[in-house]
Amino acid sequence: MGRFIYADNAATTPVSKAVLEAMEPFYTQYYGNPSSLYSVGREAKKPLELAREKVAQCLGAKPNEIFFTSGGSESDNWAIKGVAHEQAKKGKKHIITSKFEHHAVLHSCETLEKEGFEVTYLDVHHDGLIRPEELEAAIREDTALVTIMYANNEIGTIQPIPEIGAICKKHGVLFHTDAVQAVGHVPINVKEQNIDLLSLSGHKFHAPKGVGAIYIRNGVRCPNLIDGGAQERGRRAGTENVAGIVGLSVALEEACKNIDANTERLTKMRDRLIDGLLKIERSRLNGDRVKRLPGNINMCFEGIEGESLLLSLDLQGVCASSGSACTSGSLDPSHVLLAIGLPHEIAHGSLRITFSDQNTEEDVDYILEILPKIVDRLRSMSPLWEEIITGQKKY
Amino acid sequence: MAYSEKVMDHFANPRNVGEIPDADGVGEVGNPKCGDIMRMYIKVDGDVITDVKFKTFGCGAAIATSSMATELIKGKKIEDALKLTNKAVMEALDGLPPVKVHCSVLAEQAIKSAVADYYKKKGIDPAPIVGDIPECESCACEL
Repeated sequence: MGRFIYADNAATTPVSKAVLEAMEPFYTQYYGNPSSLYSVGREAKKPLELAREKVAQCLGAKPNEIFFTSGGSESDNWAIKGVAHEQAKKGKKHIITSKFEHHAVLHSCETLEKEGFEVTYLDVHHDGLIRPEELEAAIREDTALVTIMYANNEIGTIQPIPEIGAICKKHGVLFHTDAVQAVGHVPINVKEQNIDLLSLSGHKFHAPKGVGAIYIRNGVRCPNLIDGGAQERGRRAGTENVAGIVGLSVALEEACKNIDANTERLTKMRDRLIDGLLKIERSRLNGDRVKRLPGNINMCFEGIEGESLLLSLDLQGVCASSGSACTSGSLDPSHVLLAIGLPHEIAHGSLRITFSDQNTEEDVDYILEILPKIVDRLRSMSPLWEEIITGQKKY
Repeated sequence: MAYSEKVMDHFANPRNVGEIPDADGVGEVGNPKCGDIMRMYIKVDGDVITDVKFKTFGCGAAIATSSMATELIKGKKIEDALKLTNKAVMEALDGLPPVKVHCSVLAEQAIKSAVADYYKKKGIDPAPIVGDIPECESCACEL
């Protein structure tokens, strides 16, 4: 024993040392409420604006277009419900999204459906991508908003965001993207890509949990989600999470600075792991191989179930995740895997490995060493596998 | 997901895994769509289950409950094996998370299904002895 590999970075990432150090003074020294007049309060105000500038710069936005929130879910709720309610005043009550969005988006849309909005859920093709032409065809006179995720949290596929942005601009429809998985990992420029609203979350790139941001393009009307005090220029109430916000900005700056180097290194690791795991009989990669996040590997292994795979990996020191029903607490496997057309029984056998810049080639070696043996062991006790290899069960 | 040490032990080192080629009864419950299939093989001598093996496709709890169920019925009389409840399997494993209770139900059903097959092979109607074995009742899956 002794090896420990954290390979679930799409779930969350550890806070980096530099981030923690940058945050620390705001817990102990400059702990004042930024709204206060006295010095410990004032000293907390300036870093807040500096953080805003950094985040804006990383996204190609203006500082006054950035608002700090509690995370991705809040940003998604704010963007979708805010824009929808504003547009409804003009009689626009139609929203376009996709079938494999994060639940923060899907459930926000469902809430709006109950309020009388109509939602089009675009199909996601087998490669884990939506088709811009299908999106364009779904746009109507009364379309209030298009909300499509930048990169998928399970299979890591990167959507054709610039194309979607261009289509939305052409038709005068607002475009929101849940970029929680993408920010800090792929280059984003909201102006060039015609993005009107964007959600991000700090803990996906080595900032702490509980802090995120939203970009709302100047001129886009998106009423407040959280009412109360006049923080965030009256747009988002609640005493600012100063330390968290500073941490987020430092982490994002660091991630954006290293984006090219990280992409190159992680892509190599990812592809080597994919190639190695595809050697396992009856395995498959979920989602497009190229248009995917540099650190994302999502595979299915026929004849076994994902949770037992995860438990086995955990026993050998590897933290990963699965889209199997057993890991979700519900009876259905991941809606993402079903959306790309996988049958239930195969979706149950999925495994997601997500690397960050803290993972190494040695991690890839170790996973390649242990995983095929785990798959073999579970298959040797699986009646389903027996049916698959004897040809009684076909997919 | 918090599993007890016993569950993890039975998952990591399952007892009685495998097949009995000349089994006197074979039972299979669950379905791949739900993500659980248990197949149980029994060898019977007189009214005693002398040997039992299983194969399971499923989560950690499914494998652990299969393993524990085989331990609990091995060497037991058929009538006693039929009295084994999912609750007893769970207790023997020091409990299961609530979403995993259905795995213990499957284990109970797998035993009953194997015994029913044993009677069928002998030309005896199992229904009055074993009772109904509803397919995948707690999953409520649509096949």
